[in-house]
Amino acid sequence: MAKVTGRIVVDTEQCKGCGVCIPVCPFDVIELAKEFNSKGFHYAYMKNPEACTGCMNCALVCPDAVIKVYRKKVRV
Amino acid sequence: MDEQQAKTEDIIKKENLVFDKTKLLTDKAFHYCPGCGHGVVHRLLMEVIEELDIQEKTIGIAPVGCSVLAYHYMDIDMQEAAHGRAPALATGIKRTLPEKYVFTYQGDGDLAAIGTAETIHSCNRGENITIIFINNGIYGMTGGQMAPTTLENMKSSTTPYGRNVKQMGNPLKITELVAQLPGTCFVTRQAVHKPAYVRKTKKAIKKAFKYQKQEMGLSFIEIVSNCNSGWKMTPNDANKWLENNMLPFYPLGDLKTPEKK
Repeated sequence: MAKVTGRIVVDTEQCKGCGVCIPVCPFDVIELAKEFNSKGFHYAYMKNPEACTGCMNCALVCPDAVIKVYRKKVRV
Repeated sequence: MDEQQAKTEDIIKKENLVFDKTKLLTDKAFHYCPGCGHGVVHRLLMEVIEELDIQEKTIGIAPVGCSVLAYHYMDIDMQEAAHGRAPALATGIKRTLPEKYVFTYQGDGDLAAIGTAETIHSCNRGENITIIFINNGIYGMTGGQMAPTTLENMKSSTTPYGRNVKQMGNPLKITELVAQLPGTCFVTRQAVHKPAYVRKTKKAIKKAFKYQKQEMGLSFIEIVSNCNSGWKMTPNDANKWLENNMLPFYPLGDLKTPEKK
């Protein structure tokens, strides 16, 4: 059976750490990092990349358009 | 860990890219507060203009308010208007250059307070423009003062005990007001705090530009947005507050479409 898997790439320098992407993720993939960028914001990162399906919910609500979404079909 | 790394590298390839920032947004970082809805609306506007391939034919009018610097982010022709006067300026531009797509981007203080006359009369005349109206119920840029759209009992820096309707009047539903005018062809209210609403808002903006091409009249899109700094909340709390308090008073949906008047 084919299954889709995804990855997001966050532009950590431009991310403002608002966290709007976290509750919209249906698989609880995103979290704010303990580290921060040069502006002092805790940027978003994938804590659980295996669960990502590339649904784009996070990218749609991201106010700064810092999230790139990749999606691929894989055979299981 | 190495296996996972290899898998990630396998997925992050150009051919698998499904979402990226549109090229019509410049590389400059938005100056908006973290979590502000302005960024999403900027992106949707530029995505629509890119999809319709009208970058060279579009003129935007930037307002006064938080989005006063919108022309730094949108890679199209833009003009700055005096406070509230964006529809008047758009009228002039559209009448002299009728083949261009003209839109105004305004906040609630700009459109519903100082610019009420311009808004009502351009809607009544049925100018062939698109008005994008961002409603966050507050004057965000100047420090969270009460706006015409501030809800009853909502706290702001000039109404610290909540808006008292007897003293300060009722919140203004300007979208319902302009929907009654004969000049408007498409009046809708949308939001951008959830993915489903974002998709709907994009469709509405696209429709508005199509109606403008068909010279059907003025299209008016209200977008209920948040102002977490002005409301003194975290971005996620502000979105929840918006859902529970703003949306019951400002219900989403189409108020007027050319098919159903």
